[in-house]
Amino acid sequence: MDETALFKEKLAANGGSSAAKCFQCGTCSLKCPSANMRTSLRPAHLMRASLLGLRDEAMDGDAMWQCTTCYTCVEWCPCNVQVVDVIAALRNIAVSEGNLYGNHKKVAESLIKSGHTVDNNDRIRALRKDLGLREDPDTVIGGGSPKADFDKVLKLTGFDKLVGQ
Amino acid sequence: MKRYAFFLGCIAPLRYPGIEKSTREVFKALGVELVDLEGASCCPAPGVIKSFSKAAWLAAAARNLALAEKAGLDVMTICNGCYGSLFDAAHELREDEGLLREANEILAEIGLSYSGNTKVRHFADVLYRDVGIDKIKEAVKKPAAYEVAAFYGCHFLKPSLLKQLDDSENPRILDDLIEAVGASSALRKKKARTMCCGAGGGLRSQFGETAKKFTEANIEIMKGSGAEMIVDVCPFCHLQFDTSQSADGSGLPVLHLSQLYGLAMGMDAGSLGLSAHATPVKL
Repeated sequence: MDETALFKEKLAANGGSSAAKCFQCGTCSLKCPSANMRTSLRPAHLMRASLLGLRDEAMDGDAMWQCTTCYTCVEWCPCNVQVVDVIAALRNIAVSEGNLYGNHKKVAESLIKSGHTVDNNDRIRALRKDLGLREDPDTVIGGGSPKADFDKVLKLTGFDKLVGQ
Repeated sequence: MKRYAFFLGCIAPLRYPGIEKSTREVFKALGVELVDLEGASCCPAPGVIKSFSKAAWLAAAARNLALAEKAGLDVMTICNGCYGSLFDAAHELREDEGLLREANEILAEIGLSYSGNTKVRHFADVLYRDVGIDKIKEAVKKPAAYEVAAFYGCHFLKPSLLKQLDDSENPRILDDLIEAVGASSALRKKKARTMCCGAGGGLRSQFGETAKKFTEANIEIMKGSGAEMIVDVCPFCHLQFDTSQSADGSGLPVLHLSQLYGLAMGMDAGSLGLSAHATPVKL
């Protein structure tokens, strides 16, 4: 299998197969608020590279990381390309190759540590108490068997290794 | 009485607990029972976690959905991010037998299973469709007579082909909901449109300056419409607007819809948790 076919297969395995339906009208780039803020993201470029299996072009720079997942592109796409899913697939591939940003890694580490993307703190505990709420919500943040179960689920998907823990 | 599994998420309980408190009070006043989903986790976040690993995202979401299914309840979220994430996960698990089988192989290791039937609801949709505008109007004790910029965010209505709640380009649900408690929709009157708050997809954490450009563009549109406060339906948009403005009193105060409703339904301002807000809220 040649390189482009391999990359297309990898994208499809990560949920990005709908790029193949793109006919390059460019509406997504026109409507994209991130593109309009002059970031490096032009969704139509990423869709073109993805549908043709042009790995270097798709993975180049930080374009894929400038998407807020607002779905404006998906709303306007005349071909029903799941642009946000294609971008998520590109990101999954990047991370699996060890390309992750420090601050994103911190969010992932927080998920592993507490089961939430942010942890509780003393100021919030005091406010929760004032409001008549439990100081820690009764989620996995309380530890015990729910947290152990949650940890097991993440481990079974290899998330800890992916994040480098 | 209608009952839902109350999905807390992360930012509401751990950064703006007033949103959690207001939601509990408002739904109690409206006769909807919220059952705590004990042992739930992050949804997990669609931006960073789904970007890292779709497999980990889906497995952890499946665990949350399975907990609700075990309780025999549909899920209600108070956050667009949680709604988007859990709704997408529930959709994928319902439509793709292979993914459901893989999720169940993992869930079996912790003594859970998931049949794929949990429905995921956004609290604003529950208010609009299940409670209804008439009943909301009846519950108002003190009309919230403010000029409000109704901010929908993204994952509440989009992708609209799947969500099927409202026209994402010209929505009305949230405008109608704020007007039901006596507020006026500043953006609707001026036919002004906002866009994404800028926080999602990992932009806030890694590319904060870019995220702030989105936020500032929105604030300019809102101020231009004559709005005196922002009302959101997502703690992550809430965090982005609240922490991206000047704290010198020139910023637009930010309330979650549950806080506006709490105020209108007789909660005193002291129990809305406003001390957690960076942009001062004077009511």
